[in-house]
Amino acid sequence: MSRINHRFAQRRAEGRRALVTYVTGGDPYPGATVPIMHELVRSGADVIEVGMPFSDPMADGPVIQDACDRALAGGTGLVGVLEMVREFRRQDQDTPVVLMGYLNPIEQIGYRRFARDAAAAGVDGVLTVDLPPEESHELVPAIAEHDLDPIWLVAPTTRPERIRAICDQARGFVYYVSLKGVTGAATLDVDDVAAHVEAIREATQLPVGVGFGVRNGEDAARLGQVADAVVVGSAIVSRIAEHPDADESQLSREVGAVVRDLRAGLDQPLPEVAP
Amino acid sequence: MSKVMQGSEALGSEPAEAVFDGHFGPYGGRFVPELLMAPLEELAEAYEAMRNDPAFQAEFYADLQQYVGRPTPLYYAEHWTRRIGGARLFLKREDLDHTGAHKINNTMGQALLAVRMGKRRIVAETGAGQHGVATAAVCARLGLECVVYMGAEDVRRQSVNVYRMRLMGARVVPVESGTRTLKDALNEAFRDWAANVDDTFYIIGTVAGPHPYPAMVRDFQSVIGRETREQCLEQHGRLPDALVACVGGGSNAIGLFHPFLDDHDVSIYGVEAGGDGVETGRHAAPLSAGRPGVLHGNRTYLMENEDGQIMPTHSLSAGLDYPGVGPEHAWLKDSGRVSYVAVNDDEALAAFHSLTQTEGIIPALETAHGIAYAEQLAARLGPDQTIVVNCSGRGDKDINTVAEVEGMQV
Ligand SMILES: Cc1ncc(COP(=O)(O)O)c(C=O)c1O
Repeated sequence: MSRINHRFAQRRAEGRRALVTYVTGGDPYPGATVPIMHELVRSGADVIEVGMPFSDPMADGPVIQDACDRALAGGTGLVGVLEMVREFRRQDQDTPVVLMGYLNPIEQIGYRRFARDAAAAGVDGVLTVDLPPEESHELVPAIAEHDLDPIWLVAPTTRPERIRAICDQARGFVYYVSLKGVTGAATLDVDDVAAHVEAIREATQLPVGVGFGVRNGEDAARLGQVADAVVVGSAIVSRIAEHPDADESQLSREVGAVVRDLRAGLDQPLPEVAP
Repeated sequence: MSKVMQGSEALGSEPAEAVFDGHFGPYGGRFVPELLMAPLEELAEAYEAMRNDPAFQAEFYADLQQYVGRPTPLYYAEHWTRRIGGARLFLKREDLDHTGAHKINNTMGQALLAVRMGKRRIVAETGAGQHGVATAAVCARLGLECVVYMGAEDVRRQSVNVYRMRLMGARVVPVESGTRTLKDALNEAFRDWAANVDDTFYIIGTVAGPHPYPAMVRDFQSVIGRETREQCLEQHGRLPDALVACVGGGSNAIGLFHPFLDDHDVSIYGVEAGGDGVETGRHAAPLSAGRPGVLHGNRTYLMENEDGQIMPTHSLSAGLDYPGVGPEHAWLKDSGRVSYVAVNDDEALAAFHSLTQTEGIIPALETAHGIAYAEQLAARLGPDQTIVVNCSGRGDKDINTVAEVEGMQV
């Protein structure tokens, strides 16, 4: 069983929600990422998404664009991120790692080489935000050959027939983007999210993660009522952005505080659902 | 099907009768976040319906005539021709379009489509400001809300156009991210669209972006080439020997070229911005010196490093300062039908003066790249041959830039 499936199965058996956390690889400097990844795990993250920096992240808001800029300024690209995952795996063989980013760096390194190197580094899944399933005939077979899961997004605008088509291709979990907009934007409408998650559940048995717009434990608790997993990115990355010059241990403390709050929110006993 | 479709069928990219899926060989496509897939499908469907709707076409052509000022002249630039000595040089006068550049052919079409789709809020990106001005104008006329994203660097160097947009009621948002030029304005416009898909229509200003934009913008701009073809046949009973146009994203170029793609006796040249010189790396010439990759919703030639990061571009002309190019141009390059060349800043500047002095026509700095290459080409050809250059825009917006480069104050 893949690490991703195993982790979700574990949480499900415990009656708990999974916490998926995002950081941009190399942000704010290359040496910070691996210690931060270990801290994410210690503070309660179940899955780590590592952002592959890109110069033109058009699906992201200013928080993650700035993180990409900091990472690129420090010399971290796709190859650097794979090296970070490899180092993380020396101490942690259990926590699933998903690479998240844009297609072009992968296309330049080459699909086959990317898949081989990512698998060798200990990556479990790949999420490319600007690659819809329609254009994925090169990436998906390449990563499947190395047992990497393609993680797909479903958006508020995705029509029902398309949800089914996406879910047919999905592995690991399905990621519902709970907002119209870019990462880091606006506020949550839990009822609306619940309706969409329901539509996804009709199409797949896979766990459903919900992300975009989760800021704190309270948001996590509310979303945890309707989803199997909550995905948090900008809230963690903005904390990192407040401390660009901090050493690894201070950065880890800051990130740890954010994640422990999320974990606590997520593990709250579920309140009675209003009639 | 229109003439416009036949050109690409000859290249094998569009199977007859099938609905075009947005791929030009390996280029083009739709590489966008999931959130934008449904809005793009909706747009493609709406556009396909309008393309075949005589009422829409009639309204579009009436507006091109009455508001934009079409047809534009095909002008024999006799004095310029004499200065160069060689082939006879003709200018397709897109600088005479309302608002001063070809951009409005496209904004007119897309704005009419937006109205038909019930979208009352328009977003656009702009580099030189010409597309922004053309968008602001049609929005003012149709009573649409208009937000234009513009790189902060371009806001500075094209300040006159910023003021024009504001006068017409548009909100101009300076973009401070990335390199603060056109590519960053595109990122921001996409983000705005993603956040406001329900009521917002994104008017892209060139033949780039995800399907259906490259084909749709090409179709709206192809009026340039169709008129040119007719005017050539009418004025001298035959087609020109060569076509020349500058290429930023490539909309004025594809608009001129497309109706001639099947005419294999017509040589076609697209002129990219060579900046300080292609060999210096400081340029904006992805077809001349880039590699295929994926940016802004399509696969095309890009200026990028080996890690797949998009490289900063350099051009005196804000409208050519873009690291990508429309995917159909990528395909036309690979197929060999169109030759792509680069012209440096200083060559463009010299051509800017040359045309201004001999004809009293001040071209945009973007256009001046095409003018410069046409001079080189004309000098190699004989007086029995004719070249049509797309005079894509007028240079009033560039007066301050030119003066600054030449150490003068206006
Ligand atoms: C006058 C003029 N010509 C050409 C261009 C380049 O765009 P395209 O290559 O899409 O024609 C611009 C862009 O701003 C322009 O203003």
